[in-house]
Amino acid sequence: MDWLSQNWRTVIDLAGAHLYLAGVPLVIGLVVSVPLGWAAKRWNRSYPAIITTTGLLYTIPSLALFVIMPLLIGTQILDPANVVIAMTIYTVALLVRTVADGLKAVPDHVEQAATAMGYGGARRLFGVELPLAVPVIASGLRVAAVSNVSIVSVASLIGVAQLGDLLVDGFNRVIAGELVTGILATVALALALDAVIVVGTRALTPWTRVVGGRP
Amino acid sequence: MIPSLLAWFTDPANWSGPDGIPTRVLEHLVYTGVTVLVAAAIAIPLGLWVGHTGRARWLVSLANSARAVPTLGLLFAAVLWVGPLIPGSLAFTLPSIAVLVLLAIPPLLAGTYAGIEAVDPAARDAAAGVGMRGRQVLWQVEVPNALPLILSGTRSAVLQVVATATIAAYVGLGGLGRYLIDGLALADYPQTAGGAILVAVLAVALEGLLALLQRRVVSPGLTGRAAAGSRNDDDARAPEESDGTTVDLRTHA
Repeated sequence: MDWLSQNWRTVIDLAGAHLYLAGVPLVIGLVVSVPLGWAAKRWNRSYPAIITTTGLLYTIPSLALFVIMPLLIGTQILDPANVVIAMTIYTVALLVRTVADGLKAVPDHVEQAATAMGYGGARRLFGVELPLAVPVIASGLRVAAVSNVSIVSVASLIGVAQLGDLLVDGFNRVIAGELVTGILATVALALALDAVIVVGTRALTPWTRVVGGRP
Repeated sequence: MIPSLLAWFTDPANWSGPDGIPTRVLEHLVYTGVTVLVAAAIAIPLGLWVGHTGRARWLVSLANSARAVPTLGLLFAAVLWVGPLIPGSLAFTLPSIAVLVLLAIPPLLAGTYAGIEAVDPAARDAAAGVGMRGRQVLWQVEVPNALPLILSGTRSAVLQVVATATIAAYVGLGGLGRYLIDGLALADYPQTAGGAILVAVLAVALEGLLALLQRRVVSPGLTGRAAAGSRNDDDARAPEESDGTTVDLRTHA
């Protein structure tokens, strides 16, 4: 506790950086996953190809991907962009399958009813199918959010600052308070991000709270 | 950058001795094999029991929420606080291995439990109807039906361990992580990137191998491969009929 009371400003700064490194990829990843997931659902043959490719990208350990990034995109090794792009890849890998499965779970008769009412193409996707898939997509987003926050701490090993720095510094200098603060702050950030998604999902899906069929 | 990387890979000095690539790959595989086996010996029986009896489901939620704990923090805490209790050179290795086992448990437990849980109740009833006892239902109906998810859990556990073992080089573990951690410490990018590529290739190769194994051992009746041309065509589930509940067991470090 002593350590925290003297260093809380540093912790807040690092938490901000951590949120940026985990959160920005979450948003970009979601935006990329929607068209990919839609394509995987729309063309049955593309489903295994898209899911397998993104799944294989997910298997690459984070420290390795962070380090390989400069080779692929020509950045400097210390550039935070390496972390943001690597985390975006992981987010897409987790979300594509959820988006595709969420869209698949929309009942056929709903799609047909929407078509019969004159909803076509993009309007049907954004007005009917995606909103109905929100609960499934949100569950995937929650997993991705928690996993992103946890993975980002590894970036301290390549010198990109965030809450993981507390873990590395606390270990190297044997400051128990710093190490414990690092662990607890990371967990707290993950839970906070998760809570934001839960609240957002509730706001987007008012129909799931209608009891007994009455509005 | 690329020529120096090629030079690192083609340098014969990097292919022999205790620091050589074959030794490091083998170490990494041994860590992975041992920890996943130990974790499976704990998690699979536990998952079967929770799934079969429906008791102690909180174990599964507990394991799942453990995802939020940073693996790096867990490793450091174990080495710092458990390490001093262990004498000699094992002080660094043993806590790291214990953390690897700990991290491999959640996907295995969740996969086994979800697999048993997802077995069609009609299949379970039918098994009881033809006179099977609890144990027979478990081994002859529930386990074969749950095999795809148990194996998915195993794949996730393997990848989790491959990734975390890489990071554990920071606290003194061997394996391919050595190249990454030592390379970073020395600002030797060819060594760092070379190690990263080896780790990535190892992870993707293991994933491919396990996916093939899964195809071979899972009953064809479950994957739909037996349905084509058989008179059970009606049983083949079209993708549209899937209930949309995705069980995602993948975890990462």
